[in-house]
Amino acid sequence: MIYREAGQFKTSYAADQQLFPIRQDRIGVILLLVVAFLIVPAVAGEYWFSAILIPFLIFSLAALGLNILTGYAGQLSLGSAAFMAVGAYAAYNFQLRIEGIPILVSFACAGLTAAGVGILFGLPSLWIKGFYLAVATLAAQFFIVWCLTKFPWFSNYSSSGVISAQKVVILGHEFASPREKYLLVLTLVAVMALAAKNMVRSSTGRAWMAVRDMDVAAEVIGIRLMPTKLLAFAVSSFYCGVAGALYAFCYLGSVEPDGFSLDMSFRILFMIIIGGAGSILGSFLGAAFILLLPIFLDIALPRMAGLLGLPFSNATVSHIQILLFGTLIMFFLIVEPHGLARLWQIGKEKLRLWPFPH
Amino acid sequence: MQFFLEVLIGGLLSGVMYALVALGFVLIYKASGVFNFAQGAMVYLAALSVVGCMEKGAPLWLAIILAFVIMTLFGIATEKFVLRKLVNQPPIALFMATIGLAFFIEGLAPMVFGSDPRALDLGIVDEPIPAILDAWGIVISKFDLVAAGVAALLVTTLALFFQYTRIGRALRAVADDHQAALSIGIPLQHIWAIVWGIAGFVALVAGLMWGARNGVQFALTFTALKALPVLIIGGFTSVPGAIVGGLLIGASEKLAEIYLPPVMQSLFGGNFGGIEGWFPYVLALFFLLVRPEGLFGEKHIDRV
Repeated sequence: MIYREAGQFKTSYAADQQLFPIRQDRIGVILLLVVAFLIVPAVAGEYWFSAILIPFLIFSLAALGLNILTGYAGQLSLGSAAFMAVGAYAAYNFQLRIEGIPILVSFACAGLTAAGVGILFGLPSLWIKGFYLAVATLAAQFFIVWCLTKFPWFSNYSSSGVISAQKVVILGHEFASPREKYLLVLTLVAVMALAAKNMVRSSTGRAWMAVRDMDVAAEVIGIRLMPTKLLAFAVSSFYCGVAGALYAFCYLGSVEPDGFSLDMSFRILFMIIIGGAGSILGSFLGAAFILLLPIFLDIALPRMAGLLGLPFSNATVSHIQILLFGTLIMFFLIVEPHGLARLWQIGKEKLRLWPFPH
Repeated sequence: MQFFLEVLIGGLLSGVMYALVALGFVLIYKASGVFNFAQGAMVYLAALSVVGCMEKGAPLWLAIILAFVIMTLFGIATEKFVLRKLVNQPPIALFMATIGLAFFIEGLAPMVFGSDPRALDLGIVDEPIPAILDAWGIVISKFDLVAAGVAALLVTTLALFFQYTRIGRALRAVADDHQAALSIGIPLQHIWAIVWGIAGFVALVAGLMWGARNGVQFALTFTALKALPVLIIGGFTSVPGAIVGGLLIGASEKLAEIYLPPVMQSLFGGNFGGIEGWFPYVLALFFLLVRPEGLFGEKHIDRV
């Protein structure tokens, strides 16, 4: 029994439709943001920022993008990493080729470029769906990475397509330390997550969900399939593109096309399956889970093997990690298809009734 | 011209290898409507278990039998513990479950049998046949011809099995209509287990061929991914489609690899190798625009 929403009466439509209709949720979100913006930067160390928090936020953003496409609009994509690559390379080129362009503008342009590419590869979704579409997005994955490797213009003629991101300077201030980069990434992710939360409860989001649940029925009630689906591809790729730009500029510093591999696309897909397809919160939970599990295994497995006296190698850790990912995917699909987000919701409901069963 | 023929034939023969993988997809898709993304991983598992058993001291024939037993048990276990629990879920959920299955195999197989790349020696040499080389001046590998022969044999056996045996008839009935098959007393779950067993067998044959060709290594799972465009071109439900699609993909990617880079180089400059990495997928993409059901697939398709 953490809280009850009894006594909160809505007297206007605006109050009824706000993002977080329950007061405690609003307080919770504000508290979370306060902790993330003020307390975490004060207490966390260098390692935490650069190895855990920044990648967590960036992958949450990418998962959010894929969740819009797969979880809300029901179009499976196996090419999210490629759209991140487009974002990273586009941001690099905007910075390189346009004199004095503000970095945030080039991030936005990178997102828009990725959105354009996303629409292009989303076109097949107009007449195919399901795993046919999945194979079509595989084409995007392989083709885009190949293009970025082979056309030297994209990487400014560096060898094997590696780019080194420029400095992140906003209004004359350089974001150099991991702490500053964390704050920048956090701001962008928070804004875009709120925008996504807002979008999925609007008519656009409802149209996506209608298309996901049954496209024929959606068409019958007057939703135009083509713009709806293409918009989902565009918005999703925009999010992935910005995530890719942040990945290059705020996380790794220098990236190569092969880094945005099919494996990364799968990881992002796993994030939304485990976190919860069709849930904004789920994208964050899934990203945290998928990122933290390997770190946890790296620490826990050698100790466990040491306790049991088993022989142990680093290769085994990565095998166990892949094995666990696979098992968890099947487990979640069978037991809880809506993922961690649904578990969180069930937990809340139970707590509300506690100590009574009903 | 001679060079063109050589590339074409080489491509066709490597297409046979794709077709072998695609065959496993088609069998499972036809019988249970599951798009088994893990077929490539199963090929890897099969090849690894053969090599693993041989390392433990088993002769080749025994290793193949053991691998067959492993693949069958694995297929049945998959059906029982994963797919049966997902009955009535949307196909896309089943598809994602098989992605999970692929990862499961890719983690488990090297843990059991070791992950370093190894050679698999079937006793067939990978060298040009002198007679053809002398007569027409074309290099055709003996190994490729054997692979083509094995594929032909496999397809014939499967066709006969489906046509003339009791189980084969039941399989075709299930592929046609689950409900109708159930209502005349065909045990659906047994049939599915059998199909997964057969898919495991096909994966074993493909694994032997691929393993002997490129060595048994993790990259096998990526090569096997190319079976997906093969399926799109051939049609998801057609065994001949898988073969023709495989040949088309094999030939076209090799031709593209040889003849496209010079063209692109003269247009843009630079080095454009590695086209065969994406060419099949883009080709499949164009096929989806023109003929989404594939060359031999059934007309019925999830049209939007």
